[in-house]
Amino acid sequence: MNKIKTIIRKEWAEVFKNRMVIFTVAFLPLLLTALPLGIIFATRDASSRTGEALDSQLPSEMTQSMCPEGVNSAECFQIFMVSQFMMMFMIVPVAIPVTIAAYSIVGEKTTRSLEPLLATPITTIELLVGKCLAAVIPAVLATYAAFGLFALGSWLLVANKMLLSALLDARWLIAIFIVGPLLALMSVAFALMVSSRVSDPRVAEQVSMVIIVPVLVGLFGQMAGLFVLNKQVISSVAVVMLALDALLVYLATRVFQRESILTRWK
Amino acid sequence: MIHTENLTKRFKDILAVDGLSLDVAEGEVFGFLGPNGAGKTTTVRMLACLIGPTGGAATVNGFVVGKQDTDIRRNVGVLTETPGMYDNLSAEYNLRIFAELYEVKDVTGQVEKYLKMLGLWERRFDTAGTFSKGMKQKLAIARALLHEPRILFLDEPTAGLDPEAARLVRDFIAELKKEGRTIFLCTHNLDEADRLCDRIGVFKTHMLVVDTPANLRRTMFGRKVVFHLREAGEGSAGVLRTMPFVREVKVVENKLLVTVDDPETHNPEIIRALVNSGAEVQFVGELRHSLEDVYLQLVKNV
Ligand SMILES: Nc1ncnc2c1ncn2[C@@H]1O[C@H](COP(=O)(O)OP(=O)(O)OP(=O)(O)O)[C@@H](O)[C@H]1O
Ligand SMILES: [Mg+2]
Repeated sequence: MNKIKTIIRKEWAEVFKNRMVIFTVAFLPLLLTALPLGIIFATRDASSRTGEALDSQLPSEMTQSMCPEGVNSAECFQIFMVSQFMMMFMIVPVAIPVTIAAYSIVGEKTTRSLEPLLATPITTIELLVGKCLAAVIPAVLATYAAFGLFALGSWLLVANKMLLSALLDARWLIAIFIVGPLLALMSVAFALMVSSRVSDPRVAEQVSMVIIVPVLVGLFGQMAGLFVLNKQVISSVAVVMLALDALLVYLATRVFQRESILTRWK
Repeated sequence: MIHTENLTKRFKDILAVDGLSLDVAEGEVFGFLGPNGAGKTTTVRMLACLIGPTGGAATVNGFVVGKQDTDIRRNVGVLTETPGMYDNLSAEYNLRIFAELYEVKDVTGQVEKYLKMLGLWERRFDTAGTFSKGMKQKLAIARALLHEPRILFLDEPTAGLDPEAARLVRDFIAELKKEGRTIFLCTHNLDEADRLCDRIGVFKTHMLVVDTPANLRRTMFGRKVVFHLREAGEGSAGVLRTMPFVREVKVVENKLLVTVDDPETHNPEIIRALVNSGAEVQFVGELRHSLEDVYLQLVKNV
């Protein structure tokens, strides 16, 4: 347990001296919070006049599954637009760990400190868990912080209580508090796996970034109206993620073998 | 303390270590010599449980390599060939991390002890990246010692150091030896091996020879004694050749180079014979072969 803590503290001491990492951890969540808030702000006093026009534009199944009874169509439009950003929020827990995890292992190799580290009595699992948590914790915290800002911002911008509860409903809570950490874990497991298999550290980092692609596909799919992120969809995503994570973590522990990372990385 | 039997490591198509059988006793400093690519680093990595052997067996401090790796890691200190530091962390923090990973009880105390011992205390808050090569090497040695291991693997500890720094490191190793630690020392510096090691193994994929430095010199070349005469010639050489314990006599200018097994016993007899034959003896001295001669001779023959 103590060794895991040592690894986490060490990773943070090292990793947060890197500007690129700070940028990803701090800037990305801020940007992705500012966007939906901007939309709410811009559409805050949409009157029924525009609302009627919009009514016909929005797919009826969407308005039905998304907007509670008694919300006018302009407000429903707001709910719809903001929901679109949910997928974007999901980039945060995926992107942050890739940067940290790739850097933390790559850095270990480029400074040639991996061999002395592996010579200590730390177990492979402790090392993996330490590296993993060092990347997952900031990602999850950044996601929570971003959501907190978003919630606070909407609360300040939207006076309508019903609208507010619709904006910050169960879907968001599932997405942020369950899917988010699961996504972060997936991302880390993938980055760890890639880094222990690939011979060039830079390639490892780039290949790890591939993990963002499914999230982007989801994002564009949602924007194109291929699916609606309702509570059922989000819940199924959470279940699938859980299974996927279990698989990836298992694979990562299989692939991350002391000898191979020591002798493969030249 | 270290015992190997037929220890073998094969990387895909390269046989790096071929059937190494070796015993290193407690408190012994064992010099592991061999040309580049001989498999020294590979051997150290196997014994420190960093890579697994592909054949044979080894025990370190009674623990079996491949079965009790964590126990071994807890009990040995390793100075790797290219010991990296966390360059943007301070020297002190670098050591703290490792003290914690090595389960050291008094982290602060041990870190302070070794920083002071290796002369890095004043610079403890500087990042390791700003250190010179010699300072980094000292820091790496400190890192390998924090948990007071009884067995130390040192892979070329003085490589790339200036003479003064190398001397400091060498003296430090001598200190560790006095404390009774077992040291497995890979080096290319034959003089260093000669001075520090109780025994030396010359290795090139397999062990060529293991012996004390003095024995190595003797068995490879016998012991040679130089007799400076006022005038040396085949006459005096002929006198010595008749003596049963004289293995070889060579005449070089006014010197006789005589190979004998036991100069302490036989030199007086030789001098008497020379004097009786009318030769005037000016000096007598032993011709010492450097370990380098021995080494080059051994490695050349492979
Ligand atoms: N990870 C590896 N993959 C493949 N071959 C390797 C690997 N590590 C070492 N070798 C090979 O094993 C052999 C022994 O290498 P090793 O590093 O043990 O030699 P060494 O005696 O330490 O040499 P040096 O004096 O140059 O440090 C070499 O032929 C080397 O190419
Ligand atoms: Mg070597």
